[in-house]
Amino acid sequence: MKRLLLVFSALGALILAFILLPLLNTLVSALLDWQLLVETAKKSAFWQIFGLTAYAALIATMIAAALGTPLAYVLARKDFFGKEFVRGVIDVPVIIPHMAAGIALLSMLSRQGVAGVFGLQLTETLFAVVAAMLFVSVPFYVDVAFEGFRSVDARFENVARSLGASSFEAFVKVTLPLAARHLLAGAVLCWARAVSEFAAIIAVAYYPMVISTYIWEVFLSEGYRAARSAVALVLVIALLIFAALRALMKPMPE
Amino acid sequence: MLELRNVSKDFKDFKLRNISLDVERGEYFVILGPTGAGKTLLLELIAGFHIPDEGKILIDGADATKLPPERRNIGFVYQDYALFPHLSVEENVKFGLRLKNLPKSEIEARVKELMELFGISHLAKRRPRTLSGGEQQKVALARALAVRPRILLLDEPLSALDVPTQNALRVELKKLHRHFGTTTLHVTHDRAEALTLADRIAVMMRGSISQIGKPHEVFRKPANEEVAAFVGVENVLSGRIIGSGGGVARIDVGSFELLAVTPVKSGKVSVFIRPEDIVLSTAPPTPKSSARNCITSRIVSVTDLGALRRVELDCGLVALVTEQAAEELELRAEKEVFATFKATAVHVLPKL
Repeated sequence: MKRLLLVFSALGALILAFILLPLLNTLVSALLDWQLLVETAKKSAFWQIFGLTAYAALIATMIAAALGTPLAYVLARKDFFGKEFVRGVIDVPVIIPHMAAGIALLSMLSRQGVAGVFGLQLTETLFAVVAAMLFVSVPFYVDVAFEGFRSVDARFENVARSLGASSFEAFVKVTLPLAARHLLAGAVLCWARAVSEFAAIIAVAYYPMVISTYIWEVFLSEGYRAARSAVALVLVIALLIFAALRALMKPMPE
Repeated sequence: MLELRNVSKDFKDFKLRNISLDVERGEYFVILGPTGAGKTLLLELIAGFHIPDEGKILIDGADATKLPPERRNIGFVYQDYALFPHLSVEENVKFGLRLKNLPKSEIEARVKELMELFGISHLAKRRPRTLSGGEQQKVALARALAVRPRILLLDEPLSALDVPTQNALRVELKKLHRHFGTTTLHVTHDRAEALTLADRIAVMMRGSISQIGKPHEVFRKPANEEVAAFVGVENVLSGRIIGSGGGVARIDVGSFELLAVTPVKSGKVSVFIRPEDIVLSTAPPTPKSSARNCITSRIVSVTDLGALRRVELDCGLVALVTEQAAEELELRAEKEVFATFKATAVHVLPKL
């Protein structure tokens, strides 16, 4: 047993190293190149783009929560014909190439597409950015929310109703608080996935620029060194946010 | 008070079939049956968590078949109590009252009174998962009774507890029922629980009701062999009536004949005798009354059941005697004894 755990731990360490090494390598070399790092950090464009990315991802997450929560609840509580199909559809964005997702969205948002029928062109707008983010990240929210609702025993709702709560009151006062941790985790995952999206967004909106597109552009126009310092900044911010959320979501002491 | 008329419901993997009950106001009604008989589903149906496919549910004479649970005013206590884990004990008890738009002072007063009555005031701020089983049960009962339900449904309320706590809470439930007078339906598979608590018992088997009656009726006069086996009537014999007169029948059960007080006059019958109704002795009992059976038999085995001994006789009867009696009579295998039981202790059903 002990031997087995040892071997397994060694294998696990490999994958850990695979994730950490490139990140650390980038961070350290960017830090050593601190003058360029400071210069990048001083650019207002960088912060503007970062802010816009976070904002767009927040809107996408709020839409995912507003529409995904009821769906996840129905999926968790009700058995119906075609339920597995619905769950499959929700997960489609995860398995298709994101560029393909972007091209598919283009057929809705472009002047040549469905939007054009109404005389609209929605590409190259914040709307398009949010749409692309939502498309690729909503499965993460719905899946985690589904697990959350499933983990709440339906008998709690039964008891609440026997005490006089309508089904909506039972949902709000009992189910929602008991699933809250899952819903929050799903929202964080959804937001993080939206912030990091590139391919689907670039297909529908090069501008307004998001952080991935920005790094891509810096990489193409100014080269690896410049891109590296932008990446290092993004990494630090992302890790700070991640650490803060993890601390926030620690199980509360009894 | 609560009436079920031919209620049926198909749950795909289980069916409740043609259930009719009539529970009276203030009654303590026990539904007794083995695990998997559908007792919990029946309670959930009464509470309104499921709607029956057929039949009617009437509460206070009004049709409640399709009434949503929140408008039935029926309290429900689950086997594992289902206390809201995200709320403190006090908030659990308050839950129903808060939904009723009562003045705050009244809510506080009612909760305080109930928590004192149940002796759980000191637990007010605790989370349910930190409580013992017995404490959780009290909180669940207080929560259900806080809204003053018309009917209280208890789903195996004692089975999740250890035996000493069970015994204490059984007494508690009885007291509680006297105090509140709430019409109560209590589901259990425990015969002793049913016997000590019930005003009336319904025996439930495989999704339908086999018998309804007062405890002594169900335990002495089971409606069929299945019920007999479940309520602990160990002596089930097949026989034939060979003579009858004055309400007493003489029955041949093969290895011996016996007398039974029964309206059945002829034909093939099933005979039921509770093992604790059979008295064993080493000398023939005196005086010998006519309405009493006395069979001489040899002991096959004696099994220790704690306070009781189960004695198997070669005439096919099983007797339960106290530990003390067994020692005084020096009961052991091969010993010859007299098995005596009253003709009124014999329950006879015609064989179909």
